[in-house]
Amino acid sequence: MKLKGKVHKYGADINTDVIIPARYLNISDPGELAKHCMEDIDREFIGRVQPGDIIVADTNFGCGSSREHAPLALKAAGISCIIARSFARIFFRNALNIGLPILECDEAAGKTDASDILEVELSRGEIVNTTKGVTFKAEPIPSFMLELIEAGGLIEYTKRKLAAGGGRS
Amino acid sequence: MTLVEKILAAHSNRETVSPGELINVRVDLILANDITAPLAIKEFRRLGIDRVFDPEKVVMVPDHFVPNKDIPSAEQAKMMREFALEQGLVYFEVGEMGIEHVILPEKGLVLPGDVVIGADSHTCTYGALGAFATGMGSTDIASAMATGDIWMKVPPTIRFIYQGKPGKWVSGKDLILYTIGDIGLDGALYSAMEFTGEAVDALSMDSRFTMANMAVEAGAKAGIFRVDERTLDYVKSRAQRPYTVYEPDDDAQYARTIEYDVSTIEPQVAFPHQPSNTRPISKAGEIKIDQAVIGSCTNGRIEDLIIAAEVLKGRKVNRRVRCIIIPGSQAVYLEALHRGLIQTFIEAGAVVSTPTCGPCLGGYMGILAAGERCVSTTNRNFVGRMGSTESEVYLASPAMAAASAILGRLASPEEVAG
Ligand code: SF4
Repeated sequence: MKLKGKVHKYGADINTDVIIPARYLNISDPGELAKHCMEDIDREFIGRVQPGDIIVADTNFGCGSSREHAPLALKAAGISCIIARSFARIFFRNALNIGLPILECDEAAGKTDASDILEVELSRGEIVNTTKGVTFKAEPIPSFMLELIEAGGLIEYTKRKLAAGGGRS
Repeated sequence: MTLVEKILAAHSNRETVSPGELINVRVDLILANDITAPLAIKEFRRLGIDRVFDPEKVVMVPDHFVPNKDIPSAEQAKMMREFALEQGLVYFEVGEMGIEHVILPEKGLVLPGDVVIGADSHTCTYGALGAFATGMGSTDIASAMATGDIWMKVPPTIRFIYQGKPGKWVSGKDLILYTIGDIGLDGALYSAMEFTGEAVDALSMDSRFTMANMAVEAGAKAGIFRVDERTLDYVKSRAQRPYTVYEPDDDAQYARTIEYDVSTIEPQVAFPHQPSNTRPISKAGEIKIDQAVIGSCTNGRIEDLIIAAEVLKGRKVNRRVRCIIIPGSQAVYLEALHRGLIQTFIEAGAVVSTPTCGPCLGGYMGILAAGERCVSTTNRNFVGRMGSTESEVYLASPAMAAASAILGRLASPEEVAG
């Protein structure tokens, strides 16, 4: 899977309360949620974001609440991939489960600026910054998780497992 | 193996597990609330099956926006209620309700040695009972509701040893705030935090719940305590099924061991906008407050209300301050009533609410305007968490919140109650 998009850059500890504030959690429609995505730290985000764009952030992206509304809102806003030095663990699971690719890469986080263009080859964990002409190598996605992404997320994966007579322990 | 590894091995039919391994884990209890259940139900429906794997092992608690705060919240609560009744799940209607992480232990639904997953990040609260409990998202919950198991990576365990005797006003909240301040918001990322030491042994169950609750604020997957006499006392009258007490091996491998001498720890306050931005109260300076909130899954239990009442008794809330007290469950509310605490609160000029998450996540019942400051016993103070993005939340213990409500500024309980 190859992704390409313009970079939106953020710092460390971007929490799920600012990705999608709780005052909007009385709705669960991704399109509606997307309208308010990031508004508490970056009012211009939603006007600026284009389909395919990529978020690059520092450490602990997605910390805080378990709300899956956060990756859903980002995905519905058009974000195709998130690259960070590290992710909060619940956000990490949620993003993969709903089919939003995420990559851990120190170098890309450090050497990419806002508005750079990135090309991402997921299976190889390769990130090319075409604006600066440099290539970064991300932490490889564990094969089990690639399977999850390729299946189209956890629900599709579980469907297969149930069909194969697995689970229900 | 550590305590966490023992529990995970037993739930994945393995002799041993070690950190980093991907395993499939059998779960004893699955939880969702009025915010996360609707998404989980939608995903569950996509699986193409009719029934959850075991209705007695799935709990749904309306607590965030109930009693319904507005029409969209009412729709979400309705969707959850209808699913819970259709499937015969464990479900609590408002008259029985409380904040999920207060009522599940209270009703004996979580027991030592359990593996619990919940679509709420503070599911880690149940580690106080010697259970492995961790937060996940709605899709994970949907899948587990169907199969009864879930994939998981075995976390490394960081051991925290608390030695010494704490000062009079130093509670579990102060110890965990101090710890998060020390290791940072991602100090325990992907790890389990095991809390031990003589100071922890001396802690009440309510204080242990408070500490385990905030493990996620340091990025942890779980916080856990060993089971002792106090745990068994708590569990004995509540358990309606058998449970297993696990012990860490003597040669268990810890990723790190961090020791604190609690006799040197002062009451702590976390400044905006991160739970890790902590200071001892003596270094807080003059911070005027507009609101004090005492409640939440962190500090809405009976011990918390007893301490708040001790500080508020015979005193008056500052006339510029709104003091909002929210018992964590109907049982806590009732006990507070029997003990005369509710009267103390109202006479002091506080308002007492029905159990709810309410202001903790900026839902309702105490939203902040721009420029306002709140001292709160909750667990997060991110930008906009309790209302306006230009408001500020200071995290503290119930004793400090009560003292601050009286003086109208951040204050040590010692200043008020000696
Ligand atoms: S009280 Fe606050 S932290 Fe606890 S479950 Fe409710 S919203 Fe979450």
